Amino acid sequence: MLERRLARLVALALTALVLLNFPTLALVDRAVLGGVPILPFYLFAVWGAVIGLAAWLIERPGED
Amino acid sequence: MGALATAAVLVSLLYLGLLFALASWGDRRAERGRSVIANPYVYTLSLAVYCTAWTYFGSVGVAAAQGVGFLPVYLGPTLLAFLFVGFVRKILVIAKAYGITSIADFASARYGKSGTVAGLVTIVALVGSIPYISLQLKAVATGIGLLIAHDGSGAVLSGLGADTALIVTLLLAAFSILFGTRHIDATEHHQGMVLAIAFESIVKLVCFLAVGVFVTWGLFGGPFDLLDRAREAGLGDRLGFAGTRLTAADWFVLTLLSGLAALLLPRQFQVVVIENLEIGHVKRASWLFPLYLLVINLFVLPIALGGLILGGSTREADSFVLALPLVHGQGWLALLAFLGGLSAATAMVIVETVAVSTMISNDLVMPILLRVGALGLANKPDLTRLILGVRRAGILLALLGGYLFFHGVGEAMGLVSIGYIAFAGVAQFAPLLVLGIAWKGANRNGAVAGLLAGFLVWLYTLVLPSFVTAGMLPGSLVAEGPFGFDLLRPTALFGLSGLNPVSHCAIWSLAVNTGLLVLVSLLTRPSDLERLQAILFVDVEQSRRTPRLWRGEARAGALQELLVRFLGRPAADAVWRTEAARRGRPLEPDEAADAGLVERAERQLARAIGAASARAVIASAVRGETVGPDALMEILDETQKVLEYSRRLEQKSNELEAATAELRRANERLQELDRLKDDFLATVSHELRTPLTSIRSFSEILLDNPDLDAEERAHFLRIITSESERLTRLINDVLDLSKIESGRMDWQVAPADLGEIVRAAVRAAEGILTERAVALEVAIPAEPAPVVCDRDRVVQVVLNLLSNASKFVPKPGGRVRIELLRKDGVFEVRVEDNGPGVPPAQREVVFEKFHQLTGDLNTQKPTGTGLGLTISRQIVERFGGRIWVEDSNLGGAALCFTLPIDEAAPALAA
Repeated sequence: MLERRLARLVALALTALVLLNFPTLALVDRAVLGGVPILPFYLFAVWGAVIGLAAWLIERPGED
Repeated sequence: MGALATAAVLVSLLYLGLLFALASWGDRRAERGRSVIANPYVYTLSLAVYCTAWTYFGSVGVAAAQGVGFLPVYLGPTLLAFLFVGFVRKILVIAKAYGITSIADFASARYGKSGTVAGLVTIVALVGSIPYISLQLKAVATGIGLLIAHDGSGAVLSGLGADTALIVTLLLAAFSILFGTRHIDATEHHQGMVLAIAFESIVKLVCFLAVGVFVTWGLFGGPFDLLDRAREAGLGDRLGFAGTRLTAADWFVLTLLSGLAALLLPRQFQVVVIENLEIGHVKRASWLFPLYLLVINLFVLPIALGGLILGGSTREADSFVLALPLVHGQGWLALLAFLGGLSAATAMVIVETVAVSTMISNDLVMPILLRVGALGLANKPDLTRLILGVRRAGILLALLGGYLFFHGVGEAMGLVSIGYIAFAGVAQFAPLLVLGIAWKGANRNGAVAGLLAGFLVWLYTLVLPSFVTAGMLPGSLVAEGPFGFDLLRPTALFGLSGLNPVSHCAIWSLAVNTGLLVLVSLLTRPSDLERLQAILFVDVEQSRRTPRLWRGEARAGALQELLVRFLGRPAADAVWRTEAARRGRPLEPDEAADAGLVERAERQLARAIGAASARAVIASAVRGETVGPDALMEILDETQKVLEYSRRLEQKSNELEAATAELRRANERLQELDRLKDDFLATVSHELRTPLTSIRSFSEILLDNPDLDAEERAHFLRIITSESERLTRLINDVLDLSKIESGRMDWQVAPADLGEIVRAAVRAAEGILTERAVALEVAIPAEPAPVVCDRDRVVQVVLNLLSNASKFVPKPGGRVRIELLRKDGVFEVRVEDNGPGVPPAQREVVFEKFHQLTGDLNTQKPTGTGLGLTISRQIVERFGGRIWVEDSNLGGAALCFTLPIDEAAPALAA
């Protein structure tokens, strides 16, 4: 159903907004891996993950 | 000129030629109805025009200085893309429904087709575009400059006094004019252009990735080696948040601003909305577009870190993409890198100038020219040449503006700082656009006030300081505020400091813009046209109700299924037979339903499930969409209303039925009462006539026989007297009964002692009982029996019962027993006798009016009126009691009555 998917996408956008903003970033920013801050890896990983989720939400069959 | 620079120029010209060829091919395909761009992939790639020279060169520059600080610009559009299916889809639906040709057109149409709004939006868009175009010019000019410098041929050009940026500007202007204004398309669709920029998106992506791979694996031993080296070079800290030199608020505002810009920049609105061929494409684009952004940014940090490790400074970082291959002897890669940058810049310039020049001609210049009557333009048959001329001038204006900005300001600023100015500028469209499609109350005055104020705040807080940075205005203006007014410092307005200038500007301008839009909209009255347009935009789904829109999209079979589903097989078949008869042939399930068929099907459905529901389900069948919750809610709502209506009808009909039944009952009762009255009158007349007859006959005897002896005369007179008494009693009883029944009885209700009442009655009856030689047994407890009643009336009841009992007991040997009992909540008075008793069938009848008790003794003339028990029952029931007949222990009848105990009596409480 279109509306259901729409609601899920909006929820995904809000989740991504929270994950990719403060205060979440402040928590992540404390972590250091091998002398390098983990922040860039976190940002790209979450970014990729939310895109993957969006793709899954949109492309999976039976939702049209 | 050196070999590399020459090659670059040649490749660039070839590349631009290729773009032309592609665009022409795309246009030709479109004309023949075989569009090559009608798929979500080309659509996504066209959206990637978002990635300009800013992304290509500037991101690396930002990353070198600020680590991950370049990312909000891509995270914002990612979030926006997730809203494509919802928010952006609505804009698309509106734009398609009303033939929108630009963002200015959109705003103007929404706000009552206002020319002021259109013109204002155009001006803001133009002014906002200028820094952005200047960014592209600067990037390309710098790139060429680098190539030339590398060849050592710079001196030749400088010697000729040539300005690379100006040459680039003029070349790009010529290209854009040739490209963007080849012809005028009524729909303002530029399929060829879209194809070209989609191709450019591939080129810039491939080129950038090539450079990224070269830096990561060519210059370093892979990402881990790169990271190690970065750490050794002390660059590790730059990757943390502190390295971005942004605050949490900056990060958020930049994300928001970028998300808005990805829709509101003139070129973005052009590709996202205007050039969109099918709304369905946004679905796939909503994840493919973010994916493109992610991929093109993968190597930004590696390139930036690589450049810094290898000795580059952050000031030069904007050109790392080009400089790194160049410095490391990769001439061809450098050429590729330049080509990618060129593609990024040209794509932006082409679409931006087409969008802005269309606005300038359609929304600013032409409306003014057409209004100037002296020109007589309104009557000219062909304005094409004029419009094209205006557009060409518009393109030139935008590019020259960009050049001047670059020359005056841009040289002193980084690419991204220039870009942000444009972002904050076009963000001023957000309030009027977002509120425009969500809130019907937003009106033209509000939109104009908000946009104008936001635009001015933007100029003051962001554009003005950039002139200061460039040294065109005194530095004290930013440092101390105008005329020393500290509160008015452009980058710390009213003391709001500690923010990045862009977030500072965005917060102030958007707050003022939104605030004024809402406030002025609430305070001023919109015109009728504004109101109408507001409804058309906000309720666009409901407004587009013409079945015409569905033509050719529905299959006949799907409609039939719907009809069967909602109307049932027989009714659906009947509709189908009618349709077949209309056509003279049966309908094939797979054939496309024409508008008429869709409309008739909808009408049939509407009869069954209501208009709104019918529209929703037809839409679902026609467009292949399932019925969403909203539509379902609408259906439910409508059904609810119908149900509610029918429920109310039913209720009304029930009420009517009840009222009818009541009326019928009342009527029956009336008839019954009428009958009773007739009976009563008949009986009363009869009962009255009997004593009267005897009085009259005895009086006549006395009159006719004056010589009767004294004894006989006395006997007759006694009869006359007794009959008169009986008559009086009868009349009294009739009067009592009629008073009780009509409710006019004057009851003297008060607390009383039932024991005392019974004793009083017994005293009164003693005479009759003694006369008839009846033995009376009295069993009344000594304690009080409190009741609430009319004492005299209850005495009358007891007296009546005693007198009745005394009439039917055998003579001699008659026995009557009266007792008072306390039972559950009531006092019961029992009057028993040893008479013949009352057979069970008669036990109710005795209480009827004028029912004379019959028995062995009725040979004697009855002395009762036949109303005693009737009146007794009325009295007892008046005080909440009951009266009945049952068998007596003495062998005869027991007449009993009860009265409720007076719970409030003090005697009981004790």
